[in-house]
Amino acid sequence: MIRINCPFCGERDHSEFTYGGDASIEYPALDASIEEWHEAVFLRENIRGMQSETWHHVNGCRSWLIIERDTMTHEIKSIRPAHEGYASALASSSSSSNDAVGEQDQ
Amino acid sequence: MTRYSAWSVFKNGLSGHKNWGRAWRDPEPKTEYDVVIVGAGLHGLATAYYLAKNHGVKNIAVVEKGWLGGGNAGRNTTIVRSNYMMPGNRDFYEHSLELWENLSHDLNYNVMFSQRSHISLLHTPAARDGAARRYNTMRLTGTDAEIWDLDTLKREVPHLNYNSARFPIMGAAVQRRAGSARHDAVAWGYARGADQHGVDIIQNCEVTGVTREGGKVTSLETSRGTIKAGKVGFAVAGNSSRLWSMAGLGKLPIETHKLQAFVSEPLKPLLDQVVVFGVGGAHFYISQSDKGGMVFGGDLDWYKSYAQRGNLPIVQDVAECATSIMPCLGRVRLLRHWSGVMDMSMDGAPFICKTPVDNLYLNAGWNYGGFKASPASGWHFADLIANDRAGRKIEHFNLQRFERGVNIDERGAGPDPKLHG
Repeated sequence: MIRINCPFCGERDHSEFTYGGDASIEYPALDASIEEWHEAVFLRENIRGMQSETWHHVNGCRSWLIIERDTMTHEIKSIRPAHEGYASALASSSSSSNDAVGEQDQ
Repeated sequence: MTRYSAWSVFKNGLSGHKNWGRAWRDPEPKTEYDVVIVGAGLHGLATAYYLAKNHGVKNIAVVEKGWLGGGNAGRNTTIVRSNYMMPGNRDFYEHSLELWENLSHDLNYNVMFSQRSHISLLHTPAARDGAARRYNTMRLTGTDAEIWDLDTLKREVPHLNYNSARFPIMGAAVQRRAGSARHDAVAWGYARGADQHGVDIIQNCEVTGVTREGGKVTSLETSRGTIKAGKVGFAVAGNSSRLWSMAGLGKLPIETHKLQAFVSEPLKPLLDQVVVFGVGGAHFYISQSDKGGMVFGGDLDWYKSYAQRGNLPIVQDVAECATSIMPCLGRVRLLRHWSGVMDMSMDGAPFICKTPVDNLYLNAGWNYGGFKASPASGWHFADLIANDRAGRKIEHFNLQRFERGVNIDERGAGPDPKLHG
């Protein structure tokens, strides 16, 4: 079992999450060429080693996270919310702000 | 090399079976080969065998980083079937099944191919309609296919959960010519066959670099020295992307995921067929080996991984599937479970094709289905390498199909590799 330290919920089993995919992909503009879209949609670097990827805490807070994880050892190097500013927006809108959120979102 | 026969078994029996020769040589790598195949799995060994046998190519090497048949060849659930519908897949897998039917004779090696029927359980009227469409397409294109009603299924497979299933079983889609084979025997049979035709199988020889000059691959750097090559074929499922980038070719439409499989303690004969269960989120397939073990598997571990070891949530998932369709397995103990890493492609279909480099050929992207495909994969990959053009049965298995919008997406899951189960 991989343990994922969700910045909002704390450390949980990976079975609470679903794997999204490669987080390094940058989708091109809508009117970009077919080659650029082909590369973004179909081609993958498929790294053996540390890669950046998206996970969805689907049975938890339902946030999307960006995780750096080794695809050979499954060791996790870093975890942050996928949407910048999301954590701080949550923290400021709630009086009971979660310290873990602030730390992980730097 | 000894030709195996009843007579050779009898003769060797007289000397206590102590004088059998080795089945293949263990040669030192030469400095140069006409064709080098990377990967001594089923696809690589079959390719070398058919290159030598069908096309008369001499001076072939198969290089393997570990031992032959130690990758996915030894990590699958040995199901052989051809119940595919999409043009491109249909012809190809049917050809593979035809090759399986004569493989033991062809190789003079008993691969224990058993055509014991492949039974896909149906649980809803919609699934039944879908299966009828697929299996009618199969019949129209020359394969056997049947739809069974519940009474027939109960008669043929009495131990399934017909009483209290959450999704009651309605019937089944069946291919009788499908079945299973002994995975090690297939690897050993092809290795022995290739060796008899003069192919050098070089184990413990990991490719660490691909040298290119003037638009061609000139040599491979390996852990056992530099090997010059006239033509090179990659057949390294799971690690295709790594070799591809070693050759300086960038990205492939492939992600590497791992798939687990399981075998129970040996039981007396219980299940005569291969049974597949898939409804809602469930995905499960089971058969009984000749030794008695229940061999079964389910879904991928869902996250990208090169680790050849499995993870617990899928163990639980598969065990739940097992007991939900065969409650009689509830007390059966698990003997082993293992995991293989596979090329999951963007549409669930493979690649047997030329590459941007003139003398480099690619065999990759087998998803869940590499075992059954191995004879035809080797057959057509050999043809491609020998004649430098893709034959009709593999013309769609190229890298350009995504740009051209002709994906062969049997499952209709879209460009997400982990969904093509």
